[in-house]
Amino acid sequence: MFRKRPPPEEERRVRANDREYNEKFQYASNCIMTSKYNIITFLPVNLFEQFQEVANTYFLFLLILQLIPQISSLSWFTTIVPLVLVLSITAVKDATDDYFRHKSDNQVNNRQSQVLISGILQKEKWMNVRVGDIIKLENNQFVAADLLLLSSSEPHGLCYIETAELDGETNMKVRQSLSVTSELGDPNNLAQFDGEVVCEPPNNKLDRFCGTLYWKDCKYPLSNQNMLLRGCVLRNTESCYGLVIFAGPDTKLMQNSGCTKFKRTSIDRLMNTLVLWIFGFLVCMGVILAIGNAVWEKEVGSLFQSFLPWDPPVDNFLFSAFLSFWSYVIILNTVVPISLYVSVEVIRLGHSYFINWDRRMFCSHSNTAAEARTTTLNEELGQVEYIFSDKTGTLTQNIMTFNKCSINGHAYGEVIDILGSQQKRSQPLDFSAWNPLADRDFCFYDQSLLEAVMVGEPAVHEFFRVLSLCHTVMSEEKSEGELLYKAQSPDEGALVMAARNFGFVFRSRTPGTVTTQELGKEVTYTLLAILDFNNIRKRMSVIVRNPVGRIRLYCKGADTVLFERLHSCNQELTNITSDHLNEYAVDGLRTLAVAYRDLSEEQWEEWAEHYRGADKSTDCREDRLAAAYEEIEQDMMLLGATAIEDKLQEGVPETIAILSLANIKIWVLTGDKQETAVNIGYSCKMLTEDMTEIFIVNGHTVQSVREELRKARERMLESARTRDEGKEAEAQGWGGACALGNGFGGGGAANCMPDEAKCPPPQAPPSSLLESINGEFALIISGHSLAHALEADMEREFLETACACRAVICCRVTPLQKALVVELVKRRKKAVTLAIGDGANDVSMIKTAHIGVGISGQEGIQAVLSSDYSFSQFRFLQRLLLVHGRWSYLRMCRFLCYFFYKNFAFTMVHFWFGFFCGFSAQTVYDQYFITLYNIVYTSLPVLAMGIFDQDVPEQRSLEYPKLYEPGQLNLLFNKREFFICIAQGIYTSVVLFFIPYGVLSHATQSNGVPLADYQTFAVTTATALVIVVSVQIALDTGYWTAINHFFIWGSLGTYFTILFAMHSSILFNIFPKQFHFLGSAHNTLGQPVVWLTIALATIICIAPVLAFRFLKLDLKPQLSDTVRYTQLVRQKKRKPGGRAGHGVGGAGAAGGSALGRLGRGGSRRSGYAFAHQEGFGELITSGKNMRLSSLALATFASRHSSSWIDSLRKKKHASSSGAQNTLTTEDGSNVSSQTTLVSNSSSVIGPQGTTPWETRQPCNETGLTCSLDDISLNMVRCTEREAGGCSAGTVQETLFVWRGPGSRISGTSSPVPPPIAEETSSGD
Amino acid sequence: MMASSYNAKDENGHHPGSVDSSGPSAVKSKKSDNTDFKQQRLPAWQPILTAGTVLPAFFMIGLIFIPIGIGLFVTSNNIKEFEIDYTGVDMSSPCFNCSQNYSWNSTSACTCSVPFTLDQPFESNVFMYYGLSNFYQNHRRYVKSRDDSQLNGDKSSLQKPSKECEPYQTSDKKPIAPCGAIANSLFNDTLELFYIHPNGSRIAIHLGKTGIAWWTDKHVKFRNPGGNDNNLSVVFQNTSKPVNWRKHVYELDPTDPENNGFINEDFIVWMRTAALPTFRKLYRIIQKKKVNMTPTLPPGNYSLEVTYNYPVRSFDGRKRMILSTISWMGGKNPFLGIAYITVGSACFFLGVVLLIIHHKYGNRNNNTDIPN
Repeated sequence: MFRKRPPPEEERRVRANDREYNEKFQYASNCIMTSKYNIITFLPVNLFEQFQEVANTYFLFLLILQLIPQISSLSWFTTIVPLVLVLSITAVKDATDDYFRHKSDNQVNNRQSQVLISGILQKEKWMNVRVGDIIKLENNQFVAADLLLLSSSEPHGLCYIETAELDGETNMKVRQSLSVTSELGDPNNLAQFDGEVVCEPPNNKLDRFCGTLYWKDCKYPLSNQNMLLRGCVLRNTESCYGLVIFAGPDTKLMQNSGCTKFKRTSIDRLMNTLVLWIFGFLVCMGVILAIGNAVWEKEVGSLFQSFLPWDPPVDNFLFSAFLSFWSYVIILNTVVPISLYVSVEVIRLGHSYFINWDRRMFCSHSNTAAEARTTTLNEELGQVEYIFSDKTGTLTQNIMTFNKCSINGHAYGEVIDILGSQQKRSQPLDFSAWNPLADRDFCFYDQSLLEAVMVGEPAVHEFFRVLSLCHTVMSEEKSEGELLYKAQSPDEGALVMAARNFGFVFRSRTPGTVTTQELGKEVTYTLLAILDFNNIRKRMSVIVRNPVGRIRLYCKGADTVLFERLHSCNQELTNITSDHLNEYAVDGLRTLAVAYRDLSEEQWEEWAEHYRGADKSTDCREDRLAAAYEEIEQDMMLLGATAIEDKLQEGVPETIAILSLANIKIWVLTGDKQETAVNIGYSCKMLTEDMTEIFIVNGHTVQSVREELRKARERMLESARTRDEGKEAEAQGWGGACALGNGFGGGGAANCMPDEAKCPPPQAPPSSLLESINGEFALIISGHSLAHALEADMEREFLETACACRAVICCRVTPLQKALVVELVKRRKKAVTLAIGDGANDVSMIKTAHIGVGISGQEGIQAVLSSDYSFSQFRFLQRLLLVHGRWSYLRMCRFLCYFFYKNFAFTMVHFWFGFFCGFSAQTVYDQYFITLYNIVYTSLPVLAMGIFDQDVPEQRSLEYPKLYEPGQLNLLFNKREFFICIAQGIYTSVVLFFIPYGVLSHATQSNGVPLADYQTFAVTTATALVIVVSVQIALDTGYWTAINHFFIWGSLGTYFTILFAMHSSILFNIFPKQFHFLGSAHNTLGQPVVWLTIALATIICIAPVLAFRFLKLDLKPQLSDTVRYTQLVRQKKRKPGGRAGHGVGGAGAAGGSALGRLGRGGSRRSGYAFAHQEGFGELITSGKNMRLSSLALATFASRHSSSWIDSLRKKKHASSSGAQNTLTTEDGSNVSSQTTLVSNSSSVIGPQGTTPWETRQPCNETGLTCSLDDISLNMVRCTEREAGGCSAGTVQETLFVWRGPGSRISGTSSPVPPPIAEETSSGD
Repeated sequence: MMASSYNAKDENGHHPGSVDSSGPSAVKSKKSDNTDFKQQRLPAWQPILTAGTVLPAFFMIGLIFIPIGIGLFVTSNNIKEFEIDYTGVDMSSPCFNCSQNYSWNSTSACTCSVPFTLDQPFESNVFMYYGLSNFYQNHRRYVKSRDDSQLNGDKSSLQKPSKECEPYQTSDKKPIAPCGAIANSLFNDTLELFYIHPNGSRIAIHLGKTGIAWWTDKHVKFRNPGGNDNNLSVVFQNTSKPVNWRKHVYELDPTDPENNGFINEDFIVWMRTAALPTFRKLYRIIQKKKVNMTPTLPPGNYSLEVTYNYPVRSFDGRKRMILSTISWMGGKNPFLGIAYITVGSACFFLGVVLLIIHHKYGNRNNNTDIPN
């Protein structure tokens, strides 16, 4: 652990199979350690850490002070008991945390891997893997370290990996070994391999690697294409061998994960500051009292020496004052309440348990409950201003489903609606009846499409034919009818899957053929060309010759691109399809247009010539190819369009809408492509059609990024200005001259600025103008632009621009960039940030943000492990923040206010008493009272409040997201509130001292004995104090559960019980020295005067507070007060009333407007987003990755009837014979290995994942109706509610009403066609 | 205030389709119990400060406090109290000489006689107090300078007093009993009261010296070592008297064994330290005469005979003698009555002000439309 760090590496030299050589460099081993302590270091390190806390050192210091008898004004136990309590509780917590870290470390370190040691494969633990070892990986194994791929079981040294843990992308990536090493093949050859790799030192760049392999006197350049990084999973590859280059902490995964930081909440920091201030205050008090002591000792004390001589070491008044200072520091230490920290921990723990227990944050599919993994951050959840969300797996389920389509102007799939068609929805079409190859998980609900296929509509057939032919998917067929698609992008997979279910089954491909089964009939097309996808083209085409010999080009691509290349006769169809596309786009579906073109043999030949020429050209090959593609993709006939749903997690749009109503800004940071990200932005309603403008920053150079950002800002200012002008024109009240000036000078932007600056409201000063825009803007920035934008000189600009936008999407970002963005916002905006993600690529972001949330129940658990909170659905975030976070914050604030108040009220009495006891540091109270006051008498009621208090019920906080605002603005506990509490505390202490002083100094008991003795005074003051603070907590408690009652009354009861017990003769007889307050309680509390005094003091303390609170509530109520009041009123007169009709009327109107809005959307054309890289087509045509297609073909052929075989043979003859060669070389073992392949990769490729619709359905419905129901409760007082039924009609209405007022989110719910709405409500 | 309990409806209850309820559930569901406690919907009372609750509260406080205050004030005014300062600071004061000549070591007692006149009769029991001013009985070092164990009759503490008693722990290598600064500074003036009959004769008024301490102090807290019946001089033989004392602790009241040694009531009263630097302590009780209807102290001339032992001039202290009658609420205490009347009126006034403010400016929007 304390090993000396070697100097930073310049370069790394690794020699394969040579441990001795590599040992020299002392590279890190593959052992990972995230834990902080071990058994021996725990106590010292932990104590050291704990005493770094200001408060703890302070108490330790006090403890030492108390050991000096001349100073000690309190018994030793008043400080040490709480301190030990605090330290041990924290230590236990730290120890448990670290134990779990040890456990997870061990689990990872002890994973098995196969290492090639002296020519033999041996099992080794991960932690024992050394740099330079060659290890063998098998399918679906995690890569143990950063490896150089040497060879693979697949042809050409290819191997497939899934990098989801690393960058969040779930599509597979190809890695290829160097051809020299890929030939090494078996372990024996590899054991002889002694190449040396020289490469860059460890770094965190995931997409870059640069090194050289020296072997047999040759140099081979290495790139990222040859690397397998730790955290990846090997897929679809039987096995591969790799050379360990970076291990353990040096791996790119670990380098990216950043260091573990102890997170503190802002309240924590504020608390520490306040504790320091209080400490300063304490010193001031001490100094004042010490000066008083000096004066007193000089004037009075020295004369009084005949009765009370100075203590031996004291020989003058100055020294006495010095000692008195320290004595007072001890006495007044209770202003820094020692139980504060313990209580805060307890409250947070309680809140964490509530989060863990919350059934509404429980996901029944994955059987996971929400979990508060860190218990110290809860109240920060109530202050979040920025949410940084990952996309894949967080917002989306990463499941693509074929949702709707438009074929030949006819839209299919429309029946699917949120509300309208529960009946139809619960019964997806059954394809298996007529199509044995149909996939059971595929769901489609529109019967008419299936009928159209059955009837044999040519356009529909052609449509699905395109889908089954025009793609780069690979298929595997293990056994008959068990098809498995390996798609590069889930979109393509979904399309091919759809075609398969509708009877156009893609079965296999060879480099030159594609075999499909069309409505049960085997057809083999000759694949003439693949016109591959790229970002500029945004489309892909295939040219095939069908068995009859006709040549056709099939194309699918972004509608914008495709529509330009259609034949002119398509105009009408294009318009209709366009309309459909617009509808789909509004729904946030990913759309593709589909077209074909018939080619004559001559056309083909001619073009093929061109194409070959372009293909062979060496210079500008890309451009020339593109030009060639362009040439043939003309005059196409439109077939229709597809709409794929990138399935969002449940309730994502609603959650985002509610969160943004709560003034939380949501940024999406994704490693995914821009198009995909934008698409998701639309489908989860972050981006909407009615946004003023969406800025896309995509520059590659510093200048261009700067320019783009500047332009965006200008546009925003401009629009803000025009909007403001409009506003001013409407509201003339604000200084006519000014408004006029603006109105006229509106043309010149520069002229306008000074005018605005002079204007009082409503215009903000120009500097903060950007802040105030709050308009409908969105910013989309890509990773490479972000790299520039995050540079020190531009980050301000970037942040200003981004924060003025309502939605920010960063795409193609690396994990570290995610963290940097979070860090930037955290640092610059001083706002509370929350990062939510599910993959290892989100870990650094999760760790950086104030609060990290991990989505659990998905594949990886790394995000969860490093997160502070975890749950399985994005939508739970609203509950976490708006309900739990809000409550936590509220409770914590109330708790702190009260806590500081009660301690000041308690302690400052000593200060006033100092003026009457010769500044001698005499306490007012009994020492036991001082010890127990914080621990026993007043702790539980305030703890109960801190744990259970609620200002408004949970539904209300979801219903009025604005209730979240006080937390963001830090209103409930800040320095101002603190001073108010302190002032109140001091006021109370004054009353508590001077009222008894005034009364008791002359009073006598009814038997003539004076009441002015010290003990009576102490008991009276203490009792008054306990009663006053109890009344105060009663006022502060807003939610009196039985527990609160029990604790408040119980505390009072305990006080009196302990008081009488301590003052009883029994205890005195046992310890006469300790309990000298014998009989005081009895003698004091039996006197009516004492009770009159207590009552008087209580009223004087409480009445002003009551009056003040009432005024505040009456004149300036907070939203929460109003909500609370409304709740009360509603409960009082819980009658349906005649307003239901009105509500429905309003609902209708609002609904109308909402529908109108939907209609006018559609300016946006969704971009065609293949989520895969280009060049895959090339891989297919080259045949490199073909392996089992022919096998499948053969098995398939052998089992079928003669007619099938005949046709197949025909085709085989037509196609090349290359396929058959590969067929024969396959052996049996390969087949068995494929079985595992099939079963394992199903989760990746199968579009329907593991959760079939049926199970998901009910939960979804319930969640929806319930959330709406809550709203309906408030918005519409309809009679149905009284009956207890939650009818669809009500929901319908409320949906509209809900949408009505929240104009900003009016687009959040899916469109509901009016007929359906009417139908359901009337049917009810 | 209004009680209300809110019942969240069981939102996710047992939907027939959900996995955990319908399935054979081989996997144990981690879903937590659906209890009110865990789901944070315990029935609760949610009080709100409304005009309907706060304003009446203020008026109520006013209406309760003012009568109490008046009652207290009247009672307090009916109590008769007479106070006389006999410190002897002035030249004219009869005790001037004694106060000047004083030293702790002087053997001969200095006496002085202070005449005074009562204008009104003192009915019922009359309590006689001595009062000291500027005497810091509440000083930390003073307060702790005692050994309760010794005073409770613990023999080992008698021989070895607590360190807290320093510097009055031992004297001449013998333990001091009672030790400590409090005991050492025991008030040792003797006050006697004479009624000067109009015919010139001086009638000594009987001053009861018992019943002036707390019962618990007298019977539990303070005990002579080895029980109260023993011969005290034997018990205390190895101890030394406090430095400032003229006599041993067992000579405090030789006439009454129940009032001697540690259980001497004058001593006990002194040991109950005062909270404030100006205080009074009960000295004697003048029982009302049972036989005839004449007041306990009829109006007329009196003489206070002081055996002046206690020096206070050094620290600018004052000594007083107070005579007072008593009511149900104790002695004269005008502060409490006035405070009650003041607070009551203030609350009433505040109530009125709040009422006006509420009516004029109060938020009428407290209805159901909530801005969102």
